[in-house]
Amino acid sequence: MDFATLLQILDSALRLATPLLLACLAGLFSERAGIFDIGLEGKMLAAAFFSAAYAYITGSVWLGLAAGCIASMVLAGIHGLASITFRGNQLISGVAINFLAAGLTVLIAQNWFEQGGRTPALEGAARFQNITLPFSETLAPVPVIGPIYSQVISGHSALVYIALLAVPATWYILFRTRFGLRLRAVGENPAAVDTSGVSVTGLRFAAVLICGFLCGLAGAYLATGLSANFVKDMSAGRGFIALAALIFAKWRPWHALGACFLFGLLEAFGNRFQNLSVLGVDVPVQLMQALPYVLTVVILAGFVGKAIPPRAGGAPYVKER
Amino acid sequence: MPKWVDVALIPLINLALALAVSMLVILWIGESPFEALAIMVKGAVGSAYGWGYTLYYTTNFIFTGLAVAVAFHARLFNIGGEGQAALGGLGVALVCLAVPWPHWTLALPAAIVGGALFGAAWAAIPAWLQARRGSHIVITTIMFNFIAQALLVYLLVGPLKASGMSPETAPFPDGAALPTAHDIAPWLGFRPSAPLNISFLLALVACAGVWLLIWRTRLGYEIRAFGHSEPAAVYAGIHPTWIIMATMLISGALAGCMAINSVMGEAERLVINSVQGAGFVGIAVALMGRSHPVGVLLAALLFGMLYQGGAELEFEMPAISREMIIVIQALVILFTGALDNMVRMPIEKFYDARRLARQRNGRGTGVAAE
Repeated sequence: MDFATLLQILDSALRLATPLLLACLAGLFSERAGIFDIGLEGKMLAAAFFSAAYAYITGSVWLGLAAGCIASMVLAGIHGLASITFRGNQLISGVAINFLAAGLTVLIAQNWFEQGGRTPALEGAARFQNITLPFSETLAPVPVIGPIYSQVISGHSALVYIALLAVPATWYILFRTRFGLRLRAVGENPAAVDTSGVSVTGLRFAAVLICGFLCGLAGAYLATGLSANFVKDMSAGRGFIALAALIFAKWRPWHALGACFLFGLLEAFGNRFQNLSVLGVDVPVQLMQALPYVLTVVILAGFVGKAIPPRAGGAPYVKER
Repeated sequence: MPKWVDVALIPLINLALALAVSMLVILWIGESPFEALAIMVKGAVGSAYGWGYTLYYTTNFIFTGLAVAVAFHARLFNIGGEGQAALGGLGVALVCLAVPWPHWTLALPAAIVGGALFGAAWAAIPAWLQARRGSHIVITTIMFNFIAQALLVYLLVGPLKASGMSPETAPFPDGAALPTAHDIAPWLGFRPSAPLNISFLLALVACAGVWLLIWRTRLGYEIRAFGHSEPAAVYAGIHPTWIIMATMLISGALAGCMAINSVMGEAERLVINSVQGAGFVGIAVALMGRSHPVGVLLAALLFGMLYQGGAELEFEMPAISREMIIVIQALVILFTGALDNMVRMPIEKFYDARRLARQRNGRGTGVAAE
């Protein structure tokens, strides 16, 4: 494999890692506050549809993005209502949201556009355009660093850079602000937070809505950045890979970046090489596709480090009387 | 709260809410919800043709619903029915293709063993990881769904692929063909094309078996005790690892047996995505059926009607696509599973208030024990 191919794969890996990263950070906020969320997939899917639909109708990708985020946050609100207000089972609520999104998106798409459950192709300002970072032309001739900068780092759409910036932002919010401290505390010991006079319900709703917003960005990137329209089930299990990455990263932002990039890299390799041969043994492409899931199971099993979720995760908080 | 409110009234209110929201969705699309309902009911149960499909889907959902229900009794959420059923299909296919079966009466028991074993094996790893390593079974079973999907695609485009274009195994031998509804009861008007087959009776037997297991055996008692309170169960000498393993193996085996109906009874070969989401429908079925075999049977029948009626609906009202079924399914899961307390809390309050009022009036000192 030569240098140029490697650059192309890295470039593609960064694109493919972006929706995973945004969804993974979304899950990070929610699960750190003690709300399990297996509905990342559904929220992404809903955002993908509404962003594509509104970008097509209005001709502006940013209005599409807003619509996608709102749709995702509405679903997040339902999850919050079920798992915080009515103390329902968070996992069941997540399952319901995944199905709701899978069904409603196609149903509405068929109703609005009558193209077999997809949206019309997006063009021009209705799609995220690639941004060329400053100095990428000037730096290009510099050996090694130049091509890496101009081909891998530069030339992505705005959401890729937003996703990358969201990592330090998440770290800062969670570990350097009062809100973050309280949010993490509510996922470990909500009774203590309640005792100190801070609303557990409020904090958890805030976390769930942030999660919805980030899933909205992830879904919008799928439909208006990575591809140019919405198609049925286009999230294709990415919400679950993001969940896997979250566990792989043990609920930490910087590690989430690493995990998502690794899974993006796996996908990029799988796309590029249909028949990969390692040390003379043919590796089926399906093994590459299954690898993120297998790795997650191995990590969960605690054979390679131990993944310990936030202690109060999954349990509804009942205020003492 | 009286028992009938808990087991009948609350689920019915939840279901009514889910259907009401579904009807609003249909109204919003611009079709008449009552007309749509009429088409669905007529399509599902209005003819022998409809019943032939409705009961076929019902059979699938009974198996996957029972699988989720058994796990629920031990307070385990087996979300991996989809993968376990897919692996069950592999087991059934391997058994059916292994020898030229002379007659289905010989092939059926062997296929049951094959499907159950493979389904159980696929549930065994997440179960063991939950029991011994504390890995969350929901996450591991989700991961195993995806791994199963990749594995089956690999096998069906590779080693198991029959000569031909499509990724599927060779057709099963004639001796492995199960009697269909047309073979058994042609006088009821079933056509030869109806997919309903003898597996439906097997599903009913499975319902009875699960009832016996959960409420009439020592293991069932231990499963329920473990589900109610793990510390209490451990104190009573029940071994958690054994219960988690046993429950999940039974759950996986039930999910795997779904393939008897869909792979052996209907397709008569293993195709890609033979489960078609039935594993997930099982979650809705178990929730609605309150994890009781009778409830599961009724809920599976409802979802069978929904699936067949939905197919007819798409045909009659092109504006409503097939995905409407998934929306209804999602709303049923949402209202009966996640938002259950929305209905339960006010009803509980009502009964509590009534009891208090009675006590205050001095009429019902004995009622307090209710």
